[in-house]
Amino acid sequence: MNAPLQVGAFAAARSVLVRDLLLAFRRPGEWTQPLAFFVIVVLLFPLALDPEPALLRTLAPAALWVGLLLASMLALDFLFREDGRDGTLEQFALSGQPFSVLLLAKTVTHWLLTGLPLAIVGPLVALAFGAPAAAIPGVLAALLLGSVGLSLVGAIGAGLTLGLRRGGALLSLLLLPLLIPTLIFGARATQLAMLGESAAVPLYLLGALAVLALTLAPLAAAAAVRISLE
Amino acid sequence: MLEVRGLHLWRGERHLLQGLGFTVASGEALQLLWPNGTGKTSLLRCIAGLLHADSGDILWQGRPAGADPAAFHAALAYLAHEPALKGDLTALENLRFSLGLRVRAGEAALRAALEAAGVGQLDPQQPVRSFSAGQQKRVALARLSLWGARLWLLDEPAANLDAAGQAVLAEFLSRHLAAGGLALVATHQGVQLPGMPLRHWRTPREAA
Repeated sequence: MNAPLQVGAFAAARSVLVRDLLLAFRRPGEWTQPLAFFVIVVLLFPLALDPEPALLRTLAPAALWVGLLLASMLALDFLFREDGRDGTLEQFALSGQPFSVLLLAKTVTHWLLTGLPLAIVGPLVALAFGAPAAAIPGVLAALLLGSVGLSLVGAIGAGLTLGLRRGGALLSLLLLPLLIPTLIFGARATQLAMLGESAAVPLYLLGALAVLALTLAPLAAAAAVRISLE
Repeated sequence: MLEVRGLHLWRGERHLLQGLGFTVASGEALQLLWPNGTGKTSLLRCIAGLLHADSGDILWQGRPAGADPAAFHAALAYLAHEPALKGDLTALENLRFSLGLRVRAGEAALRAALEAAGVGQLDPQQPVRSFSAGQQKRVALARLSLWGARLWLLDEPAANLDAAGQAVLAEFLSRHLAAGGLALVATHQGVQLPGMPLRHWRTPREAA
């Protein structure tokens, strides 16, 4: 009866992932909201500015990345909130499974639902800014790598502000400084791709940031959520 | 065996637990009937490791519970105030995903547990959101019974339950104790378990 765990950490993480995807499927409003926000904010720029193609092309990387950053912030607010409120995170912490692995599974699901759609829609929005079709792979790669980093680092902030009633504003203040490198290299990679030049260097740096975040962020997020659960 | 020695806990300015000590042996339940706000939930959370006590020892099978938290947590089931169910999932899906973290259980076992908890007759497509608070508690009890944990920490398990629901709780608890399990129950109602080793503890000052 002193049951040892019959389920490995990987299977447990998969169970969390499938559950979160199913929940998202039942309530699509939650994860389509950041996507709609991103598209609206970024597409407002051409309307507010002179419809000068050269100007729009110059502005596109900045508009895309600021839009991505703000949409990610909006999405992060509900990464852990509901699970924290209904006691699910406590059950995760007491499951005997590595807490950081379960939270990583949640973060991965969150990226699949918000980061990935943003990264896919991003290049299409770039086309509206007059980006050449040849720029799409570079822009897509930059947004994919950047959004991975944003979700992972964002999980730390979401964990820290979990116990707060209105954590949204604090979340942005905490995270924005940490996300500046991603913003700089991401915008630079997008700019180079749109100019038809090699974006390899900023892309490698974005990749390095994403790997660093993948290594450290789950542990930091687990520690942050534990503090918030006390 | 669960042994707690010299547990001190401060919450803000309040010295909630003042050198608390007790043991719960295999097959035994300890019922905390303390008044509101005297630290029942805090004690359960301390034992579970969700809250850090300021001093004191929590020993599980003679060893500090914190020495191997993963093994201790695998032997522990915590039923909190919040039933930790997802409103948009059905009862069966809720069980499947929470059990997916710990044990392998077939669909038949899940259905049998829901049946035993008295929620088996409900529409299987119905999301848990539409259940009453008592029915949600019963789903949480079904989950508890399937985890196979040795130590149960139950926070107000009888809250929202009608007489039949309380009978389900008593039945699950009796079976758990008869199989050598341990339970620590924080409650106002007081769970009745005729013939089972159930101790009552009415205030945090009184010796257990």
